[in-house]
Amino acid sequence: MGPARPTLAQGGADVIDLKALFQPHRIVMMLVFAGVALWCALSLRWDWIPEYLPLALQGIWTTLWLMVASLVLGFLLAVPLGLAQAVGPWYLAAPARAFCTVIRGTPLLLQLWLLYYGLGSLFPQFPWIRSSELWPYLRQAWPYALLALTLSYAGYEGEVMRGAFKGVAKGQLEAAKAYGMPRLTLFRRIWLPQAIRNVLPTLGGETVLQLKATPLVATITVVDIYAVSSRVRSDTFIVYEPLILLAVFYILVAGIIALAFHWLEVRVLGSGQPVRITANTR
Amino acid sequence: MTELLEALGLAKSAELLSLSPPGWGRNLLRGLAHSLQIALGAYALGLVIGLFGAYGKLYGGKVTRDLLAIYTTVIRAVPELVLILILYYVGTDLINKASSAMGGGRVEISGVGAGIWVLGIVQGAYATEILRGAIQAVPPGQIEAAKAYGMPAVMTMRRVTIPAMMSFAVPGLANLWLIATKDTALLAVVGFNELTLETRQAASSTRSYFTFFLAAGALYLMVTLLSGRIFGWIETWARRGQPSLKGGRM
Repeated sequence: MGPARPTLAQGGADVIDLKALFQPHRIVMMLVFAGVALWCALSLRWDWIPEYLPLALQGIWTTLWLMVASLVLGFLLAVPLGLAQAVGPWYLAAPARAFCTVIRGTPLLLQLWLLYYGLGSLFPQFPWIRSSELWPYLRQAWPYALLALTLSYAGYEGEVMRGAFKGVAKGQLEAAKAYGMPRLTLFRRIWLPQAIRNVLPTLGGETVLQLKATPLVATITVVDIYAVSSRVRSDTFIVYEPLILLAVFYILVAGIIALAFHWLEVRVLGSGQPVRITANTR
Repeated sequence: MTELLEALGLAKSAELLSLSPPGWGRNLLRGLAHSLQIALGAYALGLVIGLFGAYGKLYGGKVTRDLLAIYTTVIRAVPELVLILILYYVGTDLINKASSAMGGGRVEISGVGAGIWVLGIVQGAYATEILRGAIQAVPPGQIEAAKAYGMPAVMTMRRVTIPAMMSFAVPGLANLWLIATKDTALLAVVGFNELTLETRQAASSTRSYFTFFLAAGALYLMVTLLSGRIFGWIETWARRGQPSLKGGRM
């Protein structure tokens, strides 16, 4: 078997082929695009940038750390959720399935507002919470944003991991058992790595989707890069310029994520393993 | 009934959610109707764009294919919230320019129309990819046979390609419909009175956040579960005459 050529489920992010890039019609399109970019740079207003740059950098930082933290925490939650649904007894499988259904069946914006406004109005009623050491954090918005993003990612990924755990060949697990591997070692060395490798393309797509979910936190007063662009718009009445820059920022980050997963897939799956591509759109 | 609610401590919630004022139930249902209206419109627009997009990607010229690739890639890489703002401003600007060019004044854009236009373009990108994959999954011999019979392109599409690709497209399209219903919530951010915004208004004026947000969540969940059931039927219908998958798996 030759090396498999994995493609990202999110689509279209193949390694750039220079020969294909320099076909005549593409050169013309690139020139047109460069012309449009030049026109944008010269005739649109960019004088607000220096003033808002420090705030924008802070916003970018907020967006990125919220995304990474919710990815890590959400994935840690998704593993037990997937495991419970795949092989757990019914009293674990049923709540896990219900959790995933509810998270996937309602809009993230609603979940975010439920946590922020709901819990936020509930907590101050309890004096012991107000006097606890956590109170300074609970009064801010970001813990609720992180919680909502984490739960959302866990809900979607729990479903993905359920399929992943089920998809690992039984013979592999039986072989490990026959070697006398303890259950935890079996899980750590055989089951989890194979499950993750099966769904690596899906995870790449889901990571981009998580990036695209982050601007919602601006609606609960977290100042991410989207909130910064909204502030520029309302302060200066400049509409398109901040939105264009914002879109470019998200395209760049999504591109980096796609490339990173492509690299990971080539490394992990490069030995000619079949790649299972699941359609994944939220 | 009333005693039961009383016993469970839900009397206040039931009163808040009742359909007649002072209850807010009617507002929530009106929001739900708006949400569904936009979701249906955007889904239909998305399917039309998707069908043309898929044909363009498969059979179009080099430039068409590259332009469509840029469309689907950009739409899927930029958050829906940002796209909604961009398309909303572009749409209102274009309409106002067109109106003033024809000698008219400023035009008020209806929320439903704007929502359908914005979400439809987003849905179109996803639909393009789903339908392209489904058309590619149709055995090429079937389309070639239709051509060999001398069928015109549109008739081939109507009689052969679309019926044959349906069974491949339905799972993806079902997923897309769920995205459409949930994405309508994002229009709350631009101030359109769909379910999520109605809920927030009800919640903040009565200060009972949990009651209303949970009720709205239940409404969304009902739509989701019901749609799942309906798309299950559609899939069975689209797969009619094909060998059962169940037999193959056993």
